[in-house]
Amino acid sequence: MEERRILSDTEINLDLLAPVYGTPRWFWPVVGLLGLVVAAAVGAFIWMLTQGLVVTGLNRPVFWGFMITNFVFWVGISHAGVMISSILRLAQAEWRRPVTRAAELLTILALLTAALFPIIHSGRPWRTLYWVFPYDFARGIWPNVRSPLVWDPAAIFSYLTGATLFIYVALLPDLATLRDRSLGWRHYFYGALSLGWRGMSRQWRLQALVGILLSALILPVFISVHSVVSWDFAVATAVEGWHATIFAPYFVLGAIHSGVSAVVTVMALVRYLYGWKAYIRPEHFDALGRLLVAVGLAWFYFFALEFAFGLYGQDGPEVALREMVVFQMPWAGLFIVFLLTAFFIPVPLWLFRRVRRNIPLMLLLSVLVNIGMWLERFLIIVPGLARKEPFTFVWGSYAPSIVEILLIAGSFALVCLGFLVFSRLFPLIPLYDQKEGQVLRQEVEVGRARVKAVIREE
Amino acid sequence: MAKELLLALCQDAPSAARAVEALERAGFPREEYEILSGAPYPEGAFGEKPVKHRVYVFPFVGALSGFTVALLLTVGTQLSFPLVTGGKPILALPPMFIIAYEATLLGAIIFTVIGVLFEMRLPRPGLGLYDRRITGGYLGVLVSCPEARRPQAEAALKEAGVLEIKRHPDIRQRW
Repeated sequence: MEERRILSDTEINLDLLAPVYGTPRWFWPVVGLLGLVVAAAVGAFIWMLTQGLVVTGLNRPVFWGFMITNFVFWVGISHAGVMISSILRLAQAEWRRPVTRAAELLTILALLTAALFPIIHSGRPWRTLYWVFPYDFARGIWPNVRSPLVWDPAAIFSYLTGATLFIYVALLPDLATLRDRSLGWRHYFYGALSLGWRGMSRQWRLQALVGILLSALILPVFISVHSVVSWDFAVATAVEGWHATIFAPYFVLGAIHSGVSAVVTVMALVRYLYGWKAYIRPEHFDALGRLLVAVGLAWFYFFALEFAFGLYGQDGPEVALREMVVFQMPWAGLFIVFLLTAFFIPVPLWLFRRVRRNIPLMLLLSVLVNIGMWLERFLIIVPGLARKEPFTFVWGSYAPSIVEILLIAGSFALVCLGFLVFSRLFPLIPLYDQKEGQVLRQEVEVGRARVKAVIREE
Repeated sequence: MAKELLLALCQDAPSAARAVEALERAGFPREEYEILSGAPYPEGAFGEKPVKHRVYVFPFVGALSGFTVALLLTVGTQLSFPLVTGGKPILALPPMFIIAYEATLLGAIIFTVIGVLFEMRLPRPGLGLYDRRITGGYLGVLVSCPEARRPQAEAALKEAGVLEIKRHPDIRQRW
């Protein structure tokens, strides 16, 4: 940990609260640009509402396209945050400190964005709500608990609620810091949110305890969410390529792979935009890179298994589907790009320490992984539907329309916008966690060497 | 007897530890003072005892509540519209398990947060005797003692070299 700098509490407050109290020059132009993209997506959505799903590229037999792909993608991204935060808290990993808040925030924003897409995709959102929430008591018709359309909202709602409470409890001490450094409406706003936190020893002890308890409780939810998302496909046994037995763990690992990469992207951007070089250091990217090697290899193993299981059964349609994806354009082109960007370029490069500590390169590789993982979801969902089925009369293919492309672009802009709005109100790096890191830092003499270390309570 | 509050402000952890030692020497029991800080310090850094709490009960209560709600919802909705599909039983256990799993964990999470806030004694309507500098790196020693012993506490804290002693809350700081 040689890059660790000694920082006073005042320095930490000034550095990490700078985005809350000041506005960087790039802020409003970027917010304006992102706002335009979101506005275009909202416009596209309204157009779709008035015209119907005919303005999308969805056509028989491909009824799930870009929007469901995007839903699975964002649910996947949401997995990184809480997974990283929980596992690192439980393992008491020292390098978690600057990573956790942004990762948890990514979970919430990605989940909120993901939850929009099945609703948008239905074409008539009010009907989706009718199917999911039991409000029509008069006719005695209830949501069908046997349908994945009910499992999904149950899992996503649990995860979203858990993640929001997780981030809120971790924010309490920082809200008190903001309360103590603000006047006017902000003072009342942060005062109300901080619930009267004063930093008593008892509060600190319990705050540490709740972090561990919630981590342990939220991890099983995290595993279940993407498993349930995978069952959206796996229970549809009539579609080839959707029902491998290992779909649930395969989806969970894919989610971690894309999610941890997204955390790398966020950390690199935050470090660059806010100049937090003393907080987000190459050692953090190094650690995330090592984690990604393990996650990437595990994900690829499951991907290969899923592919092999499809071939091993020698079921005609299953084999034909894989032939189509590997040898027929445009699927083959997308398949090659997916394999290269999701695995064959980044994972071997992450084996090198110099790459892991090269932040611009890490940013590039993390973006590549997510391009690949988006394509992976597309290649799971669409080709299976696009293949000619014996009882299908219209054998249309799928090409996304401008409406769907705008909606996808809007989802990315929405998540970025959410980050920027959050950074104006709350610190993106936990202040108290940084301060605790400074309290626990120590220099230890080993022989004639002085080693920088961090002590920890057992 | 009426209790008197004092807040001694210390510049760093060693001076807060000295203030605590001075209070101990002056015969103040540990229950009569509390350390306020802007960062967590290792347990016992200021002579505090391990915290007694019942937080662990809350997740179990929450999990049980969540499971019960899920069971009632899934059983109730299926029985209220008993449509037989494929000759299978009305109550489909695998999907019920999925909903029950999510609701159990959600209940446990919500109750854990409620329990922790309860044990932290939050929300608190006002800050009372407090100083904004505490979240800026200073530490506060909050003494709550009988009125008659206030001069003794003040003398001990001054002797320990604390930065400032406050007796009244800042009226501008409502929260």
